[in-house]
Amino acid sequence: MSLLDLKGITKSFGAIHALNGVDLSIAPGEAVGLMGDNGAGKSTLMKIIAGNFPPTRGQILIEGEAVLFHKPIDARNSGIEIVYQDLALCDNLTAAANVFLGREERTGIWPFRKLDHAAMTKRAGELFAELKSETRPRDLVRQMSGGQRQAVAIARTRLSDPKLVLMDEPTAAISVRQVAEVLNLIKRLKDTGHAVILVSHRMPDVFDVCDRVAVLRRGTKVADKPITQTTPEEVTGLIIGAIEAA
Amino acid sequence: MTDTAQQQSPAQKAMDHAAIDDSITSRQEMTGLGAMLRTQPFWVFVAILMLGLVMSFVSDAFMTERNMFNISRNMAFFGIMALGMSAVICTAGIDLSVGSLLGLAGINLALVLQAGWSVEVGFLACVGTAIIVGLINGILIAYLRLAPFVVTLGMLAMARSIAMVISNNKMVYEFGPDQDVFENIGGGSMMGVPNVVWVLTAMTLIFLWIWRYTQWGRWVIAIGGNPQAAKLSGIPVERVIVSVYVVCSLCTGIAAFMFIGYTGSATNAMGATYELNVISATVIGGANLMGGVVYALGAPIGAALVELIRNSLLLAGIPALWQQFFVGLFLILAVLLEQIRNRGGK
Repeated sequence: MSLLDLKGITKSFGAIHALNGVDLSIAPGEAVGLMGDNGAGKSTLMKIIAGNFPPTRGQILIEGEAVLFHKPIDARNSGIEIVYQDLALCDNLTAAANVFLGREERTGIWPFRKLDHAAMTKRAGELFAELKSETRPRDLVRQMSGGQRQAVAIARTRLSDPKLVLMDEPTAAISVRQVAEVLNLIKRLKDTGHAVILVSHRMPDVFDVCDRVAVLRRGTKVADKPITQTTPEEVTGLIIGAIEAA
Repeated sequence: MTDTAQQQSPAQKAMDHAAIDDSITSRQEMTGLGAMLRTQPFWVFVAILMLGLVMSFVSDAFMTERNMFNISRNMAFFGIMALGMSAVICTAGIDLSVGSLLGLAGINLALVLQAGWSVEVGFLACVGTAIIVGLINGILIAYLRLAPFVVTLGMLAMARSIAMVISNNKMVYEFGPDQDVFENIGGGSMMGVPNVVWVLTAMTLIFLWIWRYTQWGRWVIAIGGNPQAAKLSGIPVERVIVSVYVVCSLCTGIAAFMFIGYTGSATNAMGATYELNVISATVIGGANLMGGVVYALGAPIGAALVELIRNSLLLAGIPALWQQFFVGLFLILAVLLEQIRNRGGK
Protein backbone atom coordinates (compact mmCIF):
# COMPACT_ATOMS: atom_id res chain seq x y z
CA MET A 1 0.00 0.00 0.00
CA SER A 2 1.27 3.41 -0.77
CA LEU A 3 2.06 5.85 1.95
CA LEU A 4 0.72 8.97 0.32
CA ASP A 5 -1.83 9.14 -2.46
CA LEU A 6 -2.83 12.32 -4.19
CA LYS A 7 -5.94 11.91 -6.34
CA GLY A 8 -7.00 14.49 -8.87
CA ILE A 9 -5.53 17.42 -6.97
CA THR A 10 -6.72 20.68 -8.51
CA LYS A 11 -5.97 24.12 -7.18
CA SER A 12 -7.34 27.32 -8.61
CA PHE A 13 -6.53 30.82 -7.56
CA GLY A 14 -9.41 32.71 -9.12
CA ALA A 15 -9.19 32.14 -12.85
CA ILE A 16 -5.70 30.68 -12.67
CA HIS A 17 -5.41 26.91 -12.48
CA ALA A 18 -2.18 26.25 -10.64
CA LEU A 19 -2.78 22.50 -10.57
CA ASN A 20 -4.96 20.42 -12.81
CA GLY A 21 -5.95 16.95 -11.61
CA VAL A 22 -2.55 15.78 -10.39
CA ASP A 23 -2.21 12.18 -9.17
CA LEU A 24 0.85 11.09 -7.26
CA SER A 25 1.60 8.18 -5.00
CA ILE A 26 4.61 7.41 -2.87
CA ALA A 27 5.59 4.15 -1.17
CA PRO A 28 7.45 3.93 2.14
CA GLY A 29 11.19 4.33 1.75
CA GLU A 30 10.78 5.75 -1.73
CA ALA A 31 12.28 9.01 -2.90
CA VAL A 32 10.41 10.90 -5.59
CA GLY A 33 11.91 13.84 -7.41
CA LEU A 34 9.36 16.49 -8.24
CA MET A 35 10.57 18.59 -11.14
CA GLY A 36 9.21 21.35 -13.28
CA ASP A 37 9.96 24.84 -14.47
CA ASN A 38 9.13 27.93 -12.44
CA GLY A 39 5.36 28.28 -12.25
CA ALA A 40 4.73 24.64 -13.15
CA GLY A 41 2.93 24.10 -9.86
CA LYS A 42 5.63 22.42 -7.76
CA SER A 43 5.39 24.76 -4.80
CA THR A 44 1.60 24.78 -4.94
CA LEU A 45 1.60 21.00 -4.74
CA MET A 46 4.13 21.06 -1.92
CA LYS A 47 2.06 23.57 0.00
CA ILE A 48 -1.05 21.43 -0.37
CA ILE A 49 0.78 18.37 0.99
CA ALA A 50 2.28 20.50 3.77
CA GLY A 51 -1.14 21.78 4.79
CA ASN A 52 -0.56 25.44 3.97
CA PHE A 53 -3.84 25.49 2.03
CA PRO A 54 -6.39 22.89 0.94
CA PRO A 55 -6.85 21.82 -2.70
CA THR A 56 -9.83 23.18 -4.61
CA ARG A 57 -10.70 19.64 -5.67
CA GLY A 58 -9.12 16.26 -5.13
CA GLN A 59 -8.17 14.03 -2.26
CA ILE A 60 -5.16 13.38 -0.09
CA LEU A 61 -4.88 9.84 1.29
CA ILE A 62 -2.36 8.80 3.88
CA GLU A 63 -2.02 5.04 4.16
CA GLY A 64 -5.37 4.70 2.44
CA GLU A 65 -7.23 7.16 4.66
CA ALA A 66 -8.50 10.49 3.41
CA VAL A 67 -7.11 13.45 5.35
CA LEU A 68 -7.92 17.13 5.38
CA PHE A 69 -5.21 19.60 6.34
CA HIS A 70 -6.21 23.05 7.53
CA LYS A 71 -2.81 24.18 8.74
CA PRO A 72 0.76 22.89 8.71
CA ILE A 73 0.44 21.40 12.18
CA ASP A 74 -2.26 19.01 10.85
CA ALA A 75 0.14 17.69 8.25
CA ARG A 76 2.83 17.26 10.86
CA ASN A 77 0.44 15.30 13.08
CA SER A 78 -0.23 13.02 10.12
CA GLY A 79 3.45 12.21 9.83
CA ILE A 80 4.54 14.72 7.22
CA GLU A 81 7.56 16.89 7.98
CA ILE A 82 8.82 19.68 5.80
CA VAL A 83 12.30 21.02 5.22
CA TYR A 84 11.74 24.54 3.97
CA GLN A 85 13.85 26.09 1.27
CA ASP A 86 15.09 28.86 3.58
CA LEU A 87 15.49 26.16 6.27
CA ALA A 88 13.47 28.12 8.83
CA LEU A 89 16.11 28.03 11.56
CA CYS A 90 16.76 30.49 14.36
CA ASP A 91 20.33 31.73 13.96
CA ASN A 92 20.58 32.88 17.55
CA LEU A 93 19.86 29.46 19.02
CA THR A 94 21.98 26.33 19.23
CA ALA A 95 21.59 23.36 16.91
CA ALA A 96 19.89 21.34 19.64
CA ALA A 97 17.49 24.20 20.43
CA ASN A 98 16.54 24.42 16.77
CA VAL A 99 15.96 20.68 16.47
CA PHE A 100 13.53 20.82 19.40
CA LEU A 101 12.00 24.22 18.59
CA GLY A 102 8.29 24.26 19.42
CA ARG A 103 8.41 20.80 21.03
CA GLU A 104 10.99 21.23 23.75
CA GLU A 105 11.47 18.44 26.23
CA ARG A 106 10.87 19.37 29.85
CA THR A 107 11.32 17.79 33.23
CA GLY A 108 10.04 18.49 36.72
CA ILE A 109 6.62 19.61 37.83
CA TRP A 110 5.01 23.03 37.57
CA PRO A 111 6.04 25.69 38.58
CA PHE A 112 9.53 24.24 38.47
CA ARG A 113 9.07 22.65 35.08
CA LYS A 114 12.20 23.35 33.14
CA LEU A 115 13.75 22.66 29.79
CA ASP A 116 15.63 19.38 29.80
CA HIS A 117 18.81 20.69 28.19
CA ALA A 118 20.76 17.49 28.83
CA ALA A 119 18.19 15.22 27.20
CA MET A 120 17.72 17.52 24.21
CA THR A 121 21.45 17.89 23.62
CA LYS A 122 21.91 14.13 23.82
CA ARG A 123 19.03 13.35 21.46
CA ALA A 124 20.14 16.02 18.98
CA GLY A 125 23.65 14.56 19.08
CA GLU A 126 22.26 11.11 18.31
CA LEU A 127 20.25 12.46 15.39
CA PHE A 128 23.32 14.20 13.95
CA ALA A 129 25.31 10.99 14.40
CA GLU A 130 22.64 9.01 12.57
CA LEU A 131 22.86 11.51 9.75
CA LYS A 132 26.64 11.14 9.90
CA SER A 133 26.91 14.89 10.13
CA GLU A 134 29.60 16.63 12.11
CA THR A 135 27.18 19.07 13.65
CA ARG A 136 27.56 19.75 17.32
CA PRO A 137 24.37 20.22 19.33
CA ARG A 138 25.74 23.09 21.41
CA ASP A 139 27.01 25.22 18.53
CA LEU A 140 25.05 28.26 17.45
CA VAL A 141 23.40 27.89 14.06
CA ARG A 142 24.79 31.32 13.14
CA GLN A 143 28.28 29.84 12.98
CA MET A 144 27.33 26.89 10.78
CA SER A 145 28.01 26.04 7.17
CA GLY A 146 25.18 25.49 4.72
CA GLY A 147 25.59 21.73 4.99
CA GLN A 148 25.41 21.76 8.76
CA ARG A 149 22.31 23.94 8.65
CA GLN A 150 20.72 21.38 6.33
CA ALA A 151 21.60 18.67 8.83
CA VAL A 152 19.87 20.66 11.56
CA ALA A 153 16.79 21.16 9.39
CA ILE A 154 16.69 17.47 8.50
CA ALA A 155 17.32 16.35 12.09
CA ARG A 156 14.28 18.42 13.05
CA THR A 157 12.09 16.32 10.80
CA ARG A 158 13.37 13.09 12.33
CA LEU A 159 12.36 14.01 15.84
CA SER A 160 8.84 12.74 15.34
CA ASP A 161 9.91 9.85 13.08
CA PRO A 162 7.72 11.05 10.20
CA LYS A 163 6.46 8.88 7.38
CA LEU A 164 7.20 11.42 4.70
CA VAL A 165 9.74 14.21 4.46
CA LEU A 166 9.12 17.02 1.99
CA MET A 167 12.26 18.84 0.91
CA ASP A 168 11.97 22.09 -0.98
CA GLU A 169 15.14 22.85 -2.94
CA PRO A 170 17.48 21.59 -0.21
CA THR A 171 20.53 22.05 -2.43
CA ALA A 172 19.70 25.40 -3.96
CA ALA A 173 21.66 27.78 -1.77
CA ILE A 174 24.73 25.81 -0.74
CA SER A 175 28.18 25.15 -2.09
CA VAL A 176 28.98 22.22 -4.37
CA ARG A 177 30.80 20.38 -1.61
CA GLN A 178 27.91 20.67 0.78
CA VAL A 179 25.47 19.41 -1.83
CA ALA A 180 27.14 16.00 -1.62
CA GLU A 181 26.68 16.03 2.12
CA VAL A 182 22.99 16.86 1.83
CA LEU A 183 22.44 14.14 -0.75
CA ASN A 184 23.99 11.70 1.70
CA LEU A 185 21.55 12.89 4.33
CA ILE A 186 18.67 12.18 1.99
CA LYS A 187 20.00 8.67 1.32
CA ARG A 188 20.19 8.10 5.04
CA LEU A 189 16.51 9.08 5.34
CA LYS A 190 15.61 6.53 2.65
CA ASP A 191 17.68 3.82 4.32
CA THR A 192 15.68 4.28 7.50
CA GLY A 193 12.41 3.76 5.66
CA HIS A 194 11.29 7.36 5.26
CA ALA A 195 9.61 8.43 2.07
CA VAL A 196 11.06 11.61 0.58
CA ILE A 197 9.69 14.10 -1.90
CA LEU A 198 12.52 16.16 -3.28
CA VAL A 199 11.63 19.33 -5.11
CA SER A 200 14.67 20.43 -7.04
CA HIS A 201 15.89 22.25 -10.08
CA ARG A 202 19.13 20.33 -10.08
CA MET A 203 18.99 17.35 -12.40
CA PRO A 204 22.09 15.55 -11.01
CA ASP A 205 20.72 15.63 -7.47
CA VAL A 206 17.43 14.06 -8.48
CA PHE A 207 19.17 11.38 -10.52
CA ASP A 208 21.55 10.68 -7.65
CA VAL A 209 19.09 10.06 -4.82
CA CYS A 210 15.60 9.55 -6.25
CA ASP A 211 13.90 6.31 -7.27
CA ARG A 212 11.27 8.01 -9.35
CA VAL A 213 10.85 11.34 -11.05
CA ALA A 214 7.57 13.18 -11.58
CA VAL A 215 7.47 16.14 -13.93
CA LEU A 216 4.93 18.95 -13.75
CA ARG A 217 4.26 21.34 -16.58
CA ARG A 218 1.64 24.06 -16.40
CA GLY A 219 -0.13 22.41 -13.51
CA THR A 220 -0.38 18.98 -15.07
CA LYS A 221 1.72 15.91 -14.42
CA VAL A 222 3.34 15.00 -17.74
CA ALA A 223 5.59 12.16 -16.60
CA ASP A 224 6.08 9.80 -13.68
CA LYS A 225 8.60 7.06 -14.21
CA PRO A 226 11.43 5.19 -12.49
CA ILE A 227 14.73 6.98 -12.66
CA THR A 228 16.33 3.96 -14.34
CA GLN A 229 13.99 4.25 -17.32
CA THR A 230 14.69 7.86 -18.11
CA THR A 231 17.57 10.19 -18.76
CA PRO A 232 18.35 13.78 -17.79
CA GLU A 233 17.82 14.72 -21.44
CA GLU A 234 14.34 13.27 -21.50
CA VAL A 235 13.40 14.97 -18.22
CA THR A 236 14.71 18.31 -19.48
CA GLY A 237 12.62 17.86 -22.61
CA LEU A 238 9.56 17.15 -20.47
CA ILE A 239 10.12 20.16 -18.27
CA ILE A 240 10.45 22.65 -21.09
CA GLY A 241 7.79 21.00 -23.21
CA ALA A 242 9.98 19.75 -26.04
CA ILE A 243 8.63 16.29 -25.21
CA GLU A 244 4.87 16.35 -24.71
CA ALA A 245 4.54 13.49 -22.20
CA ALA A 246 6.18 10.25 -21.16
CA MET B 1 22.21 3.12 -14.07
CA THR B 2 25.67 3.99 -15.27
CA ASP B 3 24.81 7.63 -14.71
CA THR B 4 24.29 7.16 -11.04
CA ALA B 5 27.37 4.98 -10.68
CA GLN B 6 29.54 7.66 -12.23
CA GLN B 7 28.20 10.36 -10.03
CA GLN B 8 28.76 8.32 -6.93
CA SER B 9 32.54 8.56 -6.86
CA PRO B 10 33.09 12.32 -7.17
CA ALA B 11 30.25 12.79 -4.72
CA GLN B 12 32.01 10.49 -2.31
CA LYS B 13 35.24 12.42 -2.66
CA ALA B 14 33.46 15.72 -2.16
CA MET B 15 31.94 14.33 1.00
CA ASP B 16 35.41 13.98 2.49
CA HIS B 17 36.16 17.62 1.77
CA ALA B 18 32.87 18.63 3.30
CA ALA B 19 33.67 16.63 6.40
CA ILE B 20 37.06 18.30 6.80
CA ASP B 21 35.56 21.69 6.15
CA ASP B 22 32.92 21.16 8.78
CA SER B 23 35.28 19.80 11.38
CA ILE B 24 37.23 23.03 11.09
CA THR B 25 34.24 25.33 11.29
CA SER B 26 32.79 23.48 14.25
CA ARG B 27 35.97 23.82 16.25
CA GLN B 28 34.74 27.10 17.72
CA GLU B 29 33.14 25.80 20.84
CA MET B 30 33.44 28.33 23.62
CA THR B 31 34.42 27.72 27.19
CA GLY B 32 32.30 29.17 29.98
CA LEU B 33 34.79 31.97 30.54
CA GLY B 34 35.06 32.70 26.83
CA ALA B 35 31.30 32.92 26.55
CA MET B 36 31.17 35.33 29.46
CA LEU B 37 33.88 37.53 27.99
CA ARG B 38 31.84 37.89 24.83
CA THR B 39 28.73 39.20 26.54
CA GLN B 40 28.01 42.88 26.80
CA PRO B 41 26.81 42.82 30.45
CA PHE B 42 30.27 41.64 31.48
CA TRP B 43 32.01 44.59 29.82
CA VAL B 44 29.45 47.05 31.15
CA PHE B 45 30.10 45.59 34.58
CA VAL B 46 33.83 46.21 34.09
CA ALA B 47 32.97 49.79 33.08
CA ILE B 48 30.94 50.20 36.28
CA LEU B 49 33.87 49.00 38.40
CA MET B 50 36.25 51.38 36.63
CA LEU B 51 33.89 54.33 36.92
CA GLY B 52 33.44 53.48 40.61
CA LEU B 53 37.20 53.36 41.09
CA VAL B 54 37.70 56.74 39.44
CA MET B 55 34.84 58.27 41.41
CA SER B 56 36.21 57.03 44.73
CA PHE B 57 39.25 59.26 44.07
CA VAL B 58 37.27 62.20 42.70
CA SER B 59 34.75 62.44 45.52
CA ASP B 60 34.92 61.42 49.17
CA ALA B 61 31.15 61.24 49.27
CA PHE B 62 31.02 58.50 46.63
CA MET B 63 32.13 55.44 48.58
CA THR B 64 29.90 56.18 51.56
CA GLU B 65 27.23 53.78 52.72
CA ARG B 66 24.60 56.48 52.24
CA ASN B 67 25.54 57.09 48.62
CA MET B 68 25.70 53.38 47.80
CA PHE B 69 22.26 52.95 49.38
CA ASN B 70 20.87 55.77 47.23
CA ILE B 71 22.46 54.55 44.01
CA SER B 72 21.22 51.00 44.49
CA ARG B 73 17.71 52.17 45.34
CA ASN B 74 17.45 54.61 42.45
CA MET B 75 18.74 52.10 39.92
CA ALA B 76 16.40 49.36 41.16
CA PHE B 77 13.24 51.06 39.83
CA PHE B 78 14.75 51.27 36.36
CA GLY B 79 16.23 47.79 36.70
CA ILE B 80 12.83 46.24 37.38
CA MET B 81 11.33 47.99 34.36
CA ALA B 82 14.34 47.07 32.22
CA LEU B 83 13.85 43.36 33.01
CA GLY B 84 10.48 43.53 31.27
CA MET B 85 11.80 45.77 28.51
CA SER B 86 14.49 43.16 27.79
CA ALA B 87 11.78 40.65 26.92
CA VAL B 88 10.08 43.09 24.54
CA ILE B 89 13.33 44.12 22.87
CA CYS B 90 14.27 40.44 22.52
CA THR B 91 11.31 40.02 20.15
CA ALA B 92 12.61 43.01 18.14
CA GLY B 93 9.83 45.15 19.61
CA ILE B 94 9.91 48.25 21.77
CA ASP B 95 7.67 49.60 24.52
CA LEU B 96 7.70 53.40 24.74
CA SER B 97 4.70 53.51 27.05
CA VAL B 98 6.45 52.35 30.26
CA GLY B 99 6.97 55.87 31.61
CA SER B 100 3.34 56.86 31.12
CA LEU B 101 2.19 53.52 32.46
CA LEU B 102 4.22 54.12 35.61
CA GLY B 103 2.27 57.35 36.05
CA LEU B 104 -1.13 55.79 35.28
CA ALA B 105 -0.61 52.70 37.45
CA GLY B 106 0.71 54.94 40.22
CA ILE B 107 -2.33 57.24 40.10
CA ASN B 108 -4.75 54.30 40.11
CA LEU B 109 -2.88 52.77 43.04
CA ALA B 110 -2.88 56.05 44.97
CA LEU B 111 -6.57 56.71 44.37
CA VAL B 112 -7.56 53.21 45.46
CA LEU B 113 -5.52 53.58 48.65
CA GLN B 114 -6.88 57.07 49.26
CA ALA B 115 -10.40 55.68 48.99
CA GLY B 116 -9.60 53.54 52.01
CA TRP B 117 -8.82 50.18 50.46
CA SER B 118 -6.08 47.95 51.84
CA VAL B 119 -2.60 47.80 50.40
CA GLU B 120 -3.32 44.39 48.81
CA VAL B 121 -6.23 45.85 46.83
CA GLY B 122 -4.00 48.76 45.87
CA PHE B 123 -1.38 46.36 44.58
CA LEU B 124 -3.98 44.52 42.50
CA ALA B 125 -5.27 47.82 41.06
CA CYS B 126 -1.72 48.84 40.17
CA VAL B 127 -0.79 45.51 38.58
CA GLY B 128 -4.23 45.18 36.97
CA THR B 129 -3.83 48.55 35.25
CA ALA B 130 -0.46 47.40 33.96
CA ILE B 131 -1.83 44.10 32.64
CA ILE B 132 -4.67 45.84 30.79
CA VAL B 133 -2.29 48.30 29.14
CA GLY B 134 0.08 45.44 28.26
CA LEU B 135 -2.77 43.44 26.74
CA ILE B 136 -3.89 46.38 24.60
CA ASN B 137 -0.34 46.99 23.39
CA GLY B 138 0.26 43.29 22.75
CA ILE B 139 -2.98 42.58 20.92
CA LEU B 140 -2.59 45.60 18.63
CA ILE B 141 0.98 44.57 17.83
CA ALA B 142 0.56 40.79 17.53
CA TYR B 143 -2.86 40.39 15.93
CA LEU B 144 -3.37 43.66 14.05
CA ARG B 145 0.32 43.70 13.12
CA LEU B 146 0.81 47.38 13.91
CA ALA B 147 4.38 48.56 14.44
CA PRO B 148 5.37 48.36 18.13
CA PHE B 149 6.93 51.83 17.92
CA VAL B 150 3.66 53.45 16.83
CA VAL B 151 1.35 51.49 19.12
CA THR B 152 3.39 52.18 22.24
CA LEU B 153 3.98 55.80 21.24
CA GLY B 154 0.22 56.20 21.02
CA MET B 155 -0.11 54.45 24.39
CA LEU B 156 2.50 56.82 25.83
CA ALA B 157 0.21 59.75 25.04
CA MET B 158 -3.05 58.02 25.95
CA ALA B 159 -1.93 56.54 29.29
CA ARG B 160 -0.54 59.90 30.38
CA SER B 161 -3.75 61.65 29.43
CA ILE B 162 -5.91 59.09 31.24
CA ALA B 163 -3.74 59.52 34.33
CA MET B 164 -4.43 63.28 34.23
CA VAL B 165 -8.16 62.75 33.74
CA ILE B 166 -8.50 60.20 36.53
CA SER B 167 -6.48 62.24 38.99
CA ASN B 168 -8.23 65.42 37.95
CA ASN B 169 -4.71 66.78 37.62
CA LYS B 170 -4.17 66.66 41.36
CA MET B 171 -1.41 65.20 43.47
CA VAL B 172 -2.25 62.31 45.83
CA TYR B 173 -0.34 61.94 49.08
CA GLU B 174 -3.00 60.47 51.39
CA PHE B 175 -2.84 56.70 51.19
CA GLY B 176 -5.61 55.74 53.59
CA PRO B 177 -5.42 53.36 56.57
CA ASP B 178 -2.49 51.35 55.18
CA GLN B 179 -0.33 54.41 54.47
CA ASP B 180 2.47 53.36 56.83
CA VAL B 181 2.61 49.77 55.60
CA PHE B 182 2.54 50.94 52.01
CA GLU B 183 5.25 53.57 52.39
CA ASN B 184 7.36 51.12 54.33
CA ILE B 185 7.23 48.55 51.53
CA GLY B 186 8.40 51.02 48.89
CA GLY B 187 10.71 53.17 50.97
CA GLY B 188 11.96 50.85 53.69
CA SER B 189 14.90 48.53 53.84
CA MET B 190 15.88 45.14 55.14
CA MET B 191 19.37 44.31 56.42
CA GLY B 192 20.58 47.68 55.24
CA VAL B 193 19.43 47.09 51.69
CA PRO B 194 16.43 48.96 50.24
CA ASN B 195 13.35 46.78 49.75
CA VAL B 196 13.16 47.68 46.09
CA VAL B 197 16.66 46.27 45.62
CA TRP B 198 15.48 42.99 47.14
CA VAL B 199 12.58 43.01 44.68
CA LEU B 200 14.97 43.66 41.81
CA THR B 201 17.24 40.84 43.00
CA ALA B 202 14.38 38.37 43.26
CA MET B 203 13.01 39.35 39.87
CA THR B 204 16.43 39.11 38.25
CA LEU B 205 16.81 35.57 39.60
CA ILE B 206 13.34 34.71 38.29
CA PHE B 207 14.25 36.07 34.86
CA LEU B 208 17.56 34.20 34.89
CA TRP B 209 15.51 31.05 35.38
CA ILE B 210 12.98 32.08 32.73
CA TRP B 211 15.55 32.71 30.02
CA ARG B 212 17.53 29.61 30.77
CA TYR B 213 14.95 27.02 31.70
CA THR B 214 11.43 27.83 30.51
CA GLN B 215 9.78 27.02 27.24
CA TRP B 216 8.25 30.49 27.18
CA GLY B 217 11.72 32.02 27.43
CA ARG B 218 13.02 29.79 24.66
CA TRP B 219 10.09 30.76 22.45
CA VAL B 220 10.60 34.49 23.04
CA ILE B 221 14.26 34.17 22.02
CA ALA B 222 13.29 32.09 18.98
CA ILE B 223 10.74 34.69 17.86
CA GLY B 224 13.42 37.35 18.16
CA GLY B 225 15.77 35.26 16.03
CA ASN B 226 13.41 34.30 13.24
CA PRO B 227 9.65 34.82 13.61
CA GLN B 228 8.85 32.85 10.45
CA ALA B 229 10.82 29.84 11.68
CA ALA B 230 9.12 30.10 15.05
CA LYS B 231 5.72 30.16 13.37
CA LEU B 232 6.54 27.16 11.18
CA SER B 233 7.75 25.25 14.24
CA GLY B 234 4.26 25.50 15.68
CA ILE B 235 5.04 28.18 18.27
CA PRO B 236 1.94 30.33 18.95
CA VAL B 237 3.83 33.48 17.95
CA GLU B 238 0.94 35.93 18.41
CA ARG B 239 0.12 34.74 21.91
CA VAL B 240 3.76 34.83 22.97
CA ILE B 241 4.13 38.40 21.68
CA VAL B 242 1.04 39.51 23.62
CA SER B 243 2.45 37.86 26.74
CA VAL B 244 5.77 39.66 26.28
CA TYR B 245 4.08 43.08 26.35
CA VAL B 246 2.04 42.02 29.36
CA VAL B 247 5.22 40.92 31.16
CA CYS B 248 6.88 44.26 30.35
CA SER B 249 3.88 46.19 31.68
CA LEU B 250 3.69 43.94 34.73
CA CYS B 251 7.29 44.80 35.62
CA THR B 252 6.40 48.48 35.25
CA GLY B 253 3.37 47.95 37.48
CA ILE B 254 5.54 46.42 40.20
CA ALA B 255 8.04 49.27 39.83
CA ALA B 256 5.15 51.77 40.14
CA PHE B 257 3.96 50.13 43.36
CA MET B 258 7.41 50.42 44.92
CA PHE B 259 8.04 53.89 43.48
CA ILE B 260 4.89 55.54 44.84
CA GLY B 261 5.56 54.03 48.25
CA TYR B 262 9.09 55.41 48.15
CA THR B 263 8.23 58.93 47.01
CA GLY B 264 5.15 59.12 49.25
CA SER B 265 3.08 60.92 46.66
CA ALA B 266 1.60 60.27 43.24
CA THR B 267 1.44 62.90 40.55
CA ASN B 268 0.27 62.33 37.02
CA ALA B 269 3.61 63.57 35.66
CA MET B 270 5.38 60.68 37.34
CA GLY B 271 7.55 58.58 35.06
CA ALA B 272 7.70 61.12 32.23
CA THR B 273 10.76 60.41 30.03
CA TYR B 274 11.51 57.26 32.03
CA GLU B 275 11.20 55.29 28.82
CA LEU B 276 14.50 56.85 27.79
CA ASN B 277 16.26 55.61 30.90
CA VAL B 278 14.66 52.17 30.80
CA ILE B 279 15.43 51.58 27.13
CA SER B 280 18.95 52.95 27.65
CA ALA B 281 19.50 50.60 30.59
CA THR B 282 18.24 47.66 28.56
CA VAL B 283 20.37 48.42 25.51
CA ILE B 284 23.47 49.26 27.57
CA GLY B 285 22.86 45.93 29.32
CA GLY B 286 23.32 44.11 26.03
CA ALA B 287 19.87 43.86 24.46
CA ASN B 288 19.93 44.13 20.68
CA LEU B 289 17.16 46.20 19.10
CA MET B 290 17.18 43.76 16.16
CA GLY B 291 15.95 41.10 18.58
CA GLY B 292 17.06 37.63 19.58
CA VAL B 293 19.40 38.63 22.40
CA VAL B 294 18.49 38.78 26.05
CA TYR B 295 20.39 38.76 29.33
CA ALA B 296 18.61 38.80 32.68
CA LEU B 297 21.68 40.33 34.29
CA GLY B 298 21.86 42.98 31.58
CA ALA B 299 18.87 44.89 32.98
CA PRO B 300 20.23 45.58 36.49
CA ILE B 301 23.75 46.11 35.17
CA GLY B 302 22.56 48.57 32.51
CA ALA B 303 20.37 50.37 35.05
CA ALA B 304 23.31 50.53 37.46
CA LEU B 305 25.51 52.19 34.86
CA VAL B 306 22.85 54.76 33.97
CA GLU B 307 22.34 55.62 37.64
CA LEU B 308 26.07 55.66 38.30
CA ILE B 309 26.58 58.18 35.51
CA ARG B 310 23.90 60.39 37.04
CA ASN B 311 25.37 60.08 40.50
CA SER B 312 28.94 60.64 39.35
CA LEU B 313 28.05 63.83 37.48
CA LEU B 314 26.31 65.12 40.56
CA LEU B 315 29.24 64.36 42.86
CA ALA B 316 31.78 65.66 40.38
CA GLY B 317 29.98 69.00 40.48
CA ILE B 318 28.82 68.95 36.86
CA PRO B 319 25.45 70.72 36.48
CA ALA B 320 22.46 68.35 36.52
CA LEU B 321 21.44 69.75 33.13
CA TRP B 322 24.10 67.51 31.62
CA GLN B 323 22.60 64.28 32.90
CA GLN B 324 20.39 63.37 29.95
CA PHE B 325 23.26 64.19 27.61
CA PHE B 326 25.44 61.53 29.16
CA VAL B 327 22.66 58.93 29.34
CA GLY B 328 22.08 59.47 25.63
CA LEU B 329 25.79 59.38 24.92
CA PHE B 330 26.23 56.04 26.67
CA LEU B 331 23.21 54.65 24.84
CA ILE B 332 24.85 55.47 21.51
CA LEU B 333 28.19 54.11 22.71
CA ALA B 334 26.52 50.85 23.73
CA VAL B 335 25.01 50.38 20.28
CA LEU B 336 28.38 51.24 18.73
CA LEU B 337 30.13 48.67 20.93
CA GLU B 338 27.57 46.06 19.87
CA GLN B 339 28.27 46.88 16.21
CA ILE B 340 32.02 46.58 16.62
CA ARG B 341 31.75 43.27 18.47
CA ASN B 342 29.47 41.86 15.79
CA ARG B 343 31.88 42.84 13.05
CA GLY B 344 34.89 41.40 14.84
CA GLY B 345 33.65 38.24 16.48
CA LYS B 346 31.72 36.39 13.84
